[in-house]
Amino acid sequence: MAESKDKKPYAEEYAINPGDFSAIGEASTKFKATLAMLGVPSDVVRRASIVAYEAEMNVLIHGGGGKIQLVVYPGSIELTASDKGPGIPDVQKAMQEGYSTATDDIRELGFGAGMGLPNIKRNSDAMSLETEVGEGTVLTAIINFTR
Amino acid sequence: MNLTEVARILRAEVIWGDEFLDSVDVTHAYGADLMSDVLAFARPGTLLITGLTNIQIVRTAQMLDLPAVLFVRGKKPQDSAVALSKEVRLPMLVSPMSMFEACGLLFQNGIHPCTVPVREG
Repeated sequence: MAESKDKKPYAEEYAINPGDFSAIGEASTKFKATLAMLGVPSDVVRRASIVAYEAEMNVLIHGGGGKIQLVVYPGSIELTASDKGPGIPDVQKAMQEGYSTATDDIRELGFGAGMGLPNIKRNSDAMSLETEVGEGTVLTAIINFTR
Repeated sequence: MNLTEVARILRAEVIWGDEFLDSVDVTHAYGADLMSDVLAFARPGTLLITGLTNIQIVRTAQMLDLPAVLFVRGKKPQDSAVALSKEVRLPMLVSPMSMFEACGLLFQNGIHPCTVPVREG
């Protein structure tokens, strides 16, 4: 479908504050409501919610806070999560199911199973991870309305 | 199977959502204390069975469109979790049984497992 060039895609962004573990999922919840309101198909909303929730968790747990952004295009969703945390030294390892560097505190909450990034990948149609040790990480995930 | 039946089989106490028990139907269940596993494998319409009691359980259920949560080993959800579950209309049950027993009884009564894909390598 051709969209007029001057029409801006819908965008929404939230800050993820360091240390506020009980708030994990608040941004994803708002994204989910937005996507449902915009009439995005429910299976797409579900996949986007999982990606957003895992990404939000990563930003808080590993990145020490940051931000998460949702952009809705006519046939796809782009989610970007960024932090200025320690970065990921070994991306290949981080992508392995079961590999986690989460602390015991996080595990007590039920997270840190080492499924986050694999889950994000599984639920997106494209995913990119820009990371530099000591600088931070930017994760971008694209979810298409049709797979 | 509706939640009234689930509650009967598992001798569960209803923490919140009494009025929805008859109308909420579950066909599948997923038992885990790891929320990332739940996010990976639970399909929509799945009853979440867990021993964790924090607010993230409710958020996880909400993200996945799960219809209800059952806490095992008699563990009651935290106040913040109950408050959010009321907000998002997520019924909560507590069973005195262990995870194994609760899952076993549901399986025996025809509730299906969620498919976990075969791992590569």
